[in-house]
Amino acid sequence: MASAALLAAGAAQAAAEHGAKASFPPFDARTFAGQLFWLAISFGALYWLMSKVALPRVGAILEERASTISRDLDQAAEMQAKAEETSQAYEKALTEARKNAQSIAQASRDAGAKASDERRRSVEAELTAKLDKAEAAIASTKSKAMSNVRGLGSEVAVAIVTKLTGQAPSTAEASDAVDQALAQG
Amino acid sequence: MAAGGGIDPIHQFEIHPIVGLRPFGLDLSFTNSSLLMVLIVGVVSLVMIYGSSQRAVVPGRLQSLAEIAYEFVASTVTGVMGKDGMRFFPFVFSLFMFVLTANLLGMVPSSFTVTSHIIVTAAFAFLVIGVVLVYGIVKHGSHFFGLFVPSGVPGWLLPFMVLIEAVSFVSRPISLSLRLFGNMLAGHIALKVFGGFVVALTTGAGVLGYVIAPLPLLLAIALTALEFLVAFLQAYVFAILTCVYLNDALHPGH
Repeated sequence: MASAALLAAGAAQAAAEHGAKASFPPFDARTFAGQLFWLAISFGALYWLMSKVALPRVGAILEERASTISRDLDQAAEMQAKAEETSQAYEKALTEARKNAQSIAQASRDAGAKASDERRRSVEAELTAKLDKAEAAIASTKSKAMSNVRGLGSEVAVAIVTKLTGQAPSTAEASDAVDQALAQG
Repeated sequence: MAAGGGIDPIHQFEIHPIVGLRPFGLDLSFTNSSLLMVLIVGVVSLVMIYGSSQRAVVPGRLQSLAEIAYEFVASTVTGVMGKDGMRFFPFVFSLFMFVLTANLLGMVPSSFTVTSHIIVTAAFAFLVIGVVLVYGIVKHGSHFFGLFVPSGVPGWLLPFMVLIEAVSFVSRPISLSLRLFGNMLAGHIALKVFGGFVVALTTGAGVLGYVIAPLPLLLAIALTALEFLVAFLQAYVFAILTCVYLNDALHPGH
């Protein structure tokens, strides 16, 4: 209210100063020069302040923010690439190690198989030799026994024939007969 | 209030001197209008210069406001004129902020609306057209006047087209200034009239007046909201039309 009263008083004073009741204020040409004068000063000042101080500064802030963000993004991408690389290297090392382990296992398995094969072969050879020896012993024993049996058989045959016929056959005839009997069965 | 008991809706547009200043017989007094102009420069500088003084990467409130204003006008300028339109950015930005702040400060009760005076809006409009003419002629020479000669028009029609284009060019500053002036003037008068109804009904019309008074009060409230919208919208329209006209100076030829 006080300010309104002041404004009214000011208006009355202005009207008095101009010496006439003001017409519709926006079309009152008497105020044009003053308005243009102060508009030129204030707008000029505003333009100067904005173009020389404010806008370059705000523009720089925005640019800096944009560059900061893009730099951070670049860094993140770089780090991610590095991590990717590391993980790939790890993956590669892992497959290599797996392959190595496989080949080592294969080699040791092969070596084991070879060793056991050799041992088996040597044992087999030993056994075969023993078997051969045993077979030979058996065969000699058998042939010795057989010759004893033949001798015995021919003697028995001579004794039987002598008893039956009272006539002793020759030893050669008896042993032939025994040989024939042995050959038959 | 004003003499006679009624409320004078025109009173708010009156200009009265605060400090008298009359060199060479010219009345250059520092008036309420001048005070508001200085205030506008102060408010805009506060937001744009003090607000950005921290230069923070993560902005505070005032710096956010300054950045929003910057990016809003910058996107308008580049949207209409393209990248090379940024040479006019400080000009368009100053215009937009001055008009916007003038309109908004005018919404403060018992203050003054700088843009409700035709001389101010006309000064801005002619400044814009002056920049368009000077820049267009300096940059493009006579080629700038190709603006008035649309291509692909048959010869006999050309004089009429040139005439129409010339009239449309001349009417630009007039429409630019009248649009802003008319909007601000009419809006403030309507606000005052409806506010005046409330006062008149409650003081002079007895019980019935008290019953009816809320209606114009509600309207005045709605109008206030509308006026805030208009205050922003007219500043934006002024800025975007400025961009459109400056674009003719940058890229003449249809």
